[in-house]
Amino acid sequence: MTPILETRDLTKTFGAITAASGISVAVAEDTVVGLIGGNGAGKTTFVNLVTGYLSPTQGTVRFAGRDITGVSPRRITRMGICRSFQIPQVFESLSARENLLVGLGIVALGRRLFAEGAASLRAPEEAADEMLARFRLERFRDARASVLPEGTRKLLDIAMALAVKPRLLLLDEPTSGVSADEKFALMDLVLGAVRADKVTVLFVEHDMEIVRRYTERVLAFYEGRVIADGTPADVFGNADVRRYVVGGAQAAPAREGTC
Amino acid sequence: MSARDRTVPRLGVALAALLALSPLLPDWALFLGTISLAKGLVALGLVLLMRTGLVSFGQGLYFALGAYAAGIAPQLLGVHDALLMVLAGAGAAAAVGLVLGVLLARYRAIFFAMLSLAFSMILYGLLVKSPALGSTDGFNAAARTVAGLALEGSVARYALFALAALAAFAGAALLHRYLASHLGRLTPAVRDNELRVEYMGASARNVVHLNLVFASALAGAGGAVAALAVGHVDPDSTAYWTTSGEFVFVAILSGTGSVAAPFLGAVLLEVLRNFAYAHAPNTWQLVVGGVMLLVILFLPEGLWSLFRRRRPGTA
Repeated sequence: MTPILETRDLTKTFGAITAASGISVAVAEDTVVGLIGGNGAGKTTFVNLVTGYLSPTQGTVRFAGRDITGVSPRRITRMGICRSFQIPQVFESLSARENLLVGLGIVALGRRLFAEGAASLRAPEEAADEMLARFRLERFRDARASVLPEGTRKLLDIAMALAVKPRLLLLDEPTSGVSADEKFALMDLVLGAVRADKVTVLFVEHDMEIVRRYTERVLAFYEGRVIADGTPADVFGNADVRRYVVGGAQAAPAREGTC
Repeated sequence: MSARDRTVPRLGVALAALLALSPLLPDWALFLGTISLAKGLVALGLVLLMRTGLVSFGQGLYFALGAYAAGIAPQLLGVHDALLMVLAGAGAAAAVGLVLGVLLARYRAIFFAMLSLAFSMILYGLLVKSPALGSTDGFNAAARTVAGLALEGSVARYALFALAALAAFAGAALLHRYLASHLGRLTPAVRDNELRVEYMGASARNVVHLNLVFASALAGAGGAVAALAVGHVDPDSTAYWTTSGEFVFVAILSGTGSVAAPFLGAVLLEVLRNFAYAHAPNTWQLVVGGVMLLVILFLPEGLWSLFRRRRPGTA
């Protein structure tokens, strides 16, 4: 089967700095993959390269067999790749419901521009209420996004990414800024909503507990390269990963992570 | 955010009231009303741009185009009807807005404001240097009929007022419908977060471009109405930057809360200016500026905030 996402020799340099260097990865459809690595390891650069925000210096990105290297974020979104943001990017002056309606409305307006998954969409207003319920955001329905608590903004940001019906969803640190006792509930909610539609998920995460619990495959980044790729158990057992990514506190495998 | 949106029916009631009451008004008030509605149309377009996060200091460009298009329509198109002249004004301004929008839609903030100002001053320069259009003196503009009816004297003034009121109603109702649509919801979204709009699969530049054309058409219609009410067009009272500034003044005075607000703001400015001019002919600008200052200090969201109930979540 064609992988949903395939990068070959993906390289990005900013002057003398190499943010991504020869990344070749293939992701199968309907899987959950975690991206780990220290600050500056190249995780967000990878996300930006896949979503078209950055053009690679070298290499290609293929989505479901189609070359999307150098295509704009807008067109990539329409093809079926969407992302959430580490710092929630919501429409501050709109209510939570209106935030979702922006995306649902865009899909309704340009149905033929979007991937086939969008064709089955119901009326945007109905879909917005249904999404608010699924993400337990009903009580913030008419509240302006600017006054929502941070964890709720995070959830809204992810729901907005899903509103445009992606086949591949990239989440940039979904649990950062979310309290420790809420992070599992958030991930259960998000992955529950996403997995029902067989959406492939790639997420960047610093919380190893979350990575271990929710992914079936982990890519470990270090200095712009993928230094380990495999099941969570394999990757966390890898000596390089323990040295460069997880760090001393994580040296003993299967211990709970710090973050 | 209430369950039922009654803005359009309310606008309809306001239109009916205006049409019913205006025959009772003296000529000077009718004229003032017509001019206010014309300028309100321009400010309505500015309110749309402000909701997109943009301020244009060059709406005089489209106002002038509308006025001149209405003025030369009899010679150029053989059109002598006020309704068709207003449509010609709106059409000409929208066409130019569509072309200039290709460039303008790429700019934001002060760069957008300055570029729009620059374009309007280029038109001003062209008009001043065009003897065929009367240079700085301009020329007379007049309609023979209003929507097919040949009218004279104060009946004609009433008919023109009614036409202005209808244009204002149509512009406000259309804009309101647009803003409530899926496409229109992208307007505040672009103002709030353009990057996210792109990441949701829509083009922010296209939204800006569309709104520019919409605002141009409204300004063109306003220019045509004003030209017919005054009976004259000239570069200084249409394309010069002080005229553009006046439209920004009206939009800020009104606030962006409702499509009805710009018309209230325009009436207030006209009344204020007339009275200030009558009572303090040498310092009337001081009075107008003082009122502006008070509005900014005490009603930062414009006059409309006096009429609006607080939305949940804004507290």
